[in-house]
Amino acid sequence: MTKYRISKTRFVDQTKNISFTFDGKAYHGFEGDTLASALLSNGVHLVGRSFKYHRPRGIMSCGSEEPNAICQINDNTDLTEPNVRATEIELYDGLRASSQNCWPSLSFDIGGINNLISSFIPAGFYYKTFMWPKGFWKKIYEPLIRMSAGLGKSPTQPDPDIYDHKHEYCDVLVIGGGISGIISAKIAAKNNLKTILIEDKNILGGSTIYQNNKNFIIDNQKSNEWLMNEISELEKLDNLKIKTRTSLAAFHSYNYLLAKENISDHLPLNKKNGSIRQRLWKIRADKVIVATGAIERPLVFHNNDRPGIILANSVKKYLDFYGVATGLNNIIFTNNDSAYESAVSLFEKGISVKIVDIRKKSSSSIVKNAEELGIEIYWHSTVVNTFGYKKIKSIEIMNLSEDGSNVTGNKNKIQCDCLAISGGWTPMVHMHTQSGGKLDFRDIDQVFVPIEKSENHINVGSCNGDFELKEIVKNTNNKVKKFLNINEDSLDKISVLCSKELEKKNIWLLPNTITEGKTKSFIDFQNDSTAKDIKLALREGFKSIEHVKRYTTTGMATDQGKLSNMHALGIIAETAGVKMGTLGTTTFRPPFTPLTFGAIVGRSVGKFFDVMRKTSIHEWHIRNNAKFENVGQWKRPWYYPINNENLHEAVQRESKAARDSAGILDASTLGKIDIQGSDASEFLNRVYTNAWSKLGIGKCRYGLMLNEDGMVYDDGVTTRLGENHYLMTTTTGGAANVLSKLEDYLQTEWPELDVYLTSVTDHYSTASICGPNSKKILKKLFPNKDFSDVAFPHMSYQDAKIDKIECRIMRISFTGELSYEINIESRYGKSLWESCIEAGEEYKITPYGTETMHLLRAEKGFIIVGQDTDGTMTPIDLQMDWIVSKKKYDFIGKRSLYRSDTIREDRKQLVGLLTDDPNEILEEGAQIVSELDKKPVEMIGHVTSSYFSPNLNKSIALAVVKGGKKLKGQKLFIPMENKNINVTVSDFIFLDKENKRINA
Amino acid sequence: MFVINCPYCGERDQSEFSCGGEAHIVRPKQPTELSDDEWAEYLFMRKNIKGVQFERWNHAHGCRKWFNMVRDTSNDKIHAVYKMGEKPPVI
Ligand SMILES: [Zn+2]
Repeated sequence: MTKYRISKTRFVDQTKNISFTFDGKAYHGFEGDTLASALLSNGVHLVGRSFKYHRPRGIMSCGSEEPNAICQINDNTDLTEPNVRATEIELYDGLRASSQNCWPSLSFDIGGINNLISSFIPAGFYYKTFMWPKGFWKKIYEPLIRMSAGLGKSPTQPDPDIYDHKHEYCDVLVIGGGISGIISAKIAAKNNLKTILIEDKNILGGSTIYQNNKNFIIDNQKSNEWLMNEISELEKLDNLKIKTRTSLAAFHSYNYLLAKENISDHLPLNKKNGSIRQRLWKIRADKVIVATGAIERPLVFHNNDRPGIILANSVKKYLDFYGVATGLNNIIFTNNDSAYESAVSLFEKGISVKIVDIRKKSSSSIVKNAEELGIEIYWHSTVVNTFGYKKIKSIEIMNLSEDGSNVTGNKNKIQCDCLAISGGWTPMVHMHTQSGGKLDFRDIDQVFVPIEKSENHINVGSCNGDFELKEIVKNTNNKVKKFLNINEDSLDKISVLCSKELEKKNIWLLPNTITEGKTKSFIDFQNDSTAKDIKLALREGFKSIEHVKRYTTTGMATDQGKLSNMHALGIIAETAGVKMGTLGTTTFRPPFTPLTFGAIVGRSVGKFFDVMRKTSIHEWHIRNNAKFENVGQWKRPWYYPINNENLHEAVQRESKAARDSAGILDASTLGKIDIQGSDASEFLNRVYTNAWSKLGIGKCRYGLMLNEDGMVYDDGVTTRLGENHYLMTTTTGGAANVLSKLEDYLQTEWPELDVYLTSVTDHYSTASICGPNSKKILKKLFPNKDFSDVAFPHMSYQDAKIDKIECRIMRISFTGELSYEINIESRYGKSLWESCIEAGEEYKITPYGTETMHLLRAEKGFIIVGQDTDGTMTPIDLQMDWIVSKKKYDFIGKRSLYRSDTIREDRKQLVGLLTDDPNEILEEGAQIVSELDKKPVEMIGHVTSSYFSPNLNKSIALAVVKGGKKLKGQKLFIPMENKNINVTVSDFIFLDKENKRINA
Repeated sequence: MFVINCPYCGERDQSEFSCGGEAHIVRPKQPTELSDDEWAEYLFMRKNIKGVQFERWNHAHGCRKWFNMVRDTSNDKIHAVYKMGEKPPVI
């Protein structure tokens, strides 16, 4: 046993030795230790440097509130993790931890110079100083701050761990496995309610489980023994699921809660065996009982941050739970009775302890106990200074003045190696407020307690402001029974004896002889903000707690101010002379403790990140070397390079082939909506800008759909399959939204229409064949069909069969070429495609992807919704007046087409652009200006589509330009980084203006 | 995340639904008769109430039906759900 491991406890197995390293040095601990308790057992207190002044900092607590002992775990491996609290990691064999926030090393820290110049680093220092000169920020200030701040290192490798999500439902969820949680869970589960009890530690019992003190008796047993029996009975209950190592992250409305379970974090690396690391539970509970306990408060005095200054109850836990003394010569500095429990524990183990209490006296049994043991107590005194650089060595105390606002008399210096501080307790009301609950300020002991209004959750135990054991047991029992509507009397008559605190006193900022400007009284240890900073912020005019918090960064670190928020509020209230209850609190946001990204995303990583939709022809595309593009969730062939062609070369070849002979496109991803019902034609009339009533059966028509604001929303060809039957196609990306929009109108605005919509996008595969030889290929595929222009004209459809399989042939054109689309049930898609390729072989049929499709459309001036439009373009802006019916009384968006704003003539309008140099290809998105000399340069539009057209042998572009319709023939400029490109506004139809090719 | 009682399916998780904004805004039957201001009133103006609000919701990952819901935006308490076309309850 090491010098500081002074006793055996039932919680740490001293037969099981565990080796670990900290900052490269090897140490030993035992099974049951945390990294913090193991370090302390080796006498290691110094674990980090403070954020701003780089002051040496030590372990200060034993839980999630820890502000100082923040570590990097398993550095330089793919498992590395920053910002881990040493107080929360269970020790395992081979653990490698290192301190953060100390460059170049823990014991020699260059940033410590900040400590010497600290009067120049006041609140808002970073805001004030690093503003100027501007160029300095990126090159000098930021790297310097990052290097010296050193908030841990992100892993550079992909996370190899597996994370999981699971849904869970229960009647009662109890959060917290301390005494009040255990009482609650037992009542619920014994009475036939499906109950879950979650506890973030690896064992149940909270702080009572090691409360081995004769002043705390339940049912004639010491409270720890009574609780141990309760736990063993609890474990026998069938209705109860106990989840240890599980911490609540968030409490949302309607009792929806998120909890993170650590499954293999505590196992040695070689025993994890590919197991799941963490699981995020998504719990919907009928009733929630919050029993999250309370956090001990520090005291705020000059130099209250040295290593060896530890919260008093944590000193007790290290001693009674882990068997580790945090010091051999202790002083307890307190404003309340609870710290006397630590003093008695220390004394009983033969460790030297003295007490400094700011109160004049206390008449409780635990204090009497301490006095009877002969522990020296300095009443009505305060610590005014501490000494020792890397570890506390001594303190100076002084008497308080009568009202406590000042110090009097002489300084008294006392040696020590540990200063245990206690400023009282703060109920953990985070969960209550996260769920929407409000708080009330209780003046007598200066705490915020929950106001309970919800029917679906209650708070019990010290998170509810019940601090005395008797109160906790009695109130929890009564409250839970009432909340769950249970008759059960097993605890009604139980006897509880405990110490009762009668004298209470609190001073948020303890007085000193040194002027305030020269003191270092820390409030937020992790972010290094002091009482002085808060006062400065108030003097500079900040009033709201939320503003003070952000300006001073108090409560903004990874501990989210668990230790600092109350003191910040207290000092603001005192300085501003207002009642603390009137200030409100800061907002407690989830997660309660930081969650790993892994736990948040669960299994949705890699190929499970999002749904991937593939057409039935996908495998063929892969075999034929297609490069893919994501369009919504679809994988679409982008281009098919041959012999190391790049994108440009492939697209030039594909585009030429499609116009010269034949091309084939997988158009299966286009949205398809089957529309049936006696009002189907009327419905189309209302949703498209053009007229549909007169469309003959077997005919197809292009339609443009607007939003109610008149802006183009989607487009596509719709085919009339029968009297009351249409097949609508939409853009690939717009399919789901179009269906939703149509359903919305049908259900809410026009419920009288007899129309039924079915999404059939995935039901059919579509091969689109275009080019002058396409008709010949179709003839080969369908030898019995008459493909003459009379029998099968453009914009019509016919049923057909290929190898006895029914399909539909639409003669419609995406590209302006003679073109056919064949729709077939998806399971035959690949075989249809292969038949087309085979039939087209003699015409060198060329598969082409989305890039070529865009190029071919741009040549014809066919818009691509979403590329040439952006939700601010009307059909008039797009020069598509021809498709807007003048006769129809109404359609979606019609009224908006003559609002004062939409009829402006200087709106951005679709135009063509030709570069003076026909080989110069414009960049899509490039800005367009008309006057280069004008300052500031006025942007009058931008390029939306741009290609080199192999069929025209020149560069072409579509653009939207202010008042573009009137600018035809005008010279404009595209300023680029190194040059200005001269362009001329042209017609936006570059090829085959007469539309001869569709009948070629 | 709340639980919504779809009038067609029953109680389901909020993640199955999408919100469609303020309820009971009827599309004018004769838009051409309206002035720009009147049309803009229909098109753009929506209330954003802290308190009881009447909203449209769609059971998007369920029956895909639209319905109306009365929700207190300050505490997410749902006071009522009712089908399209039904009279709004008095809250
Ligand atoms: Zn439903």
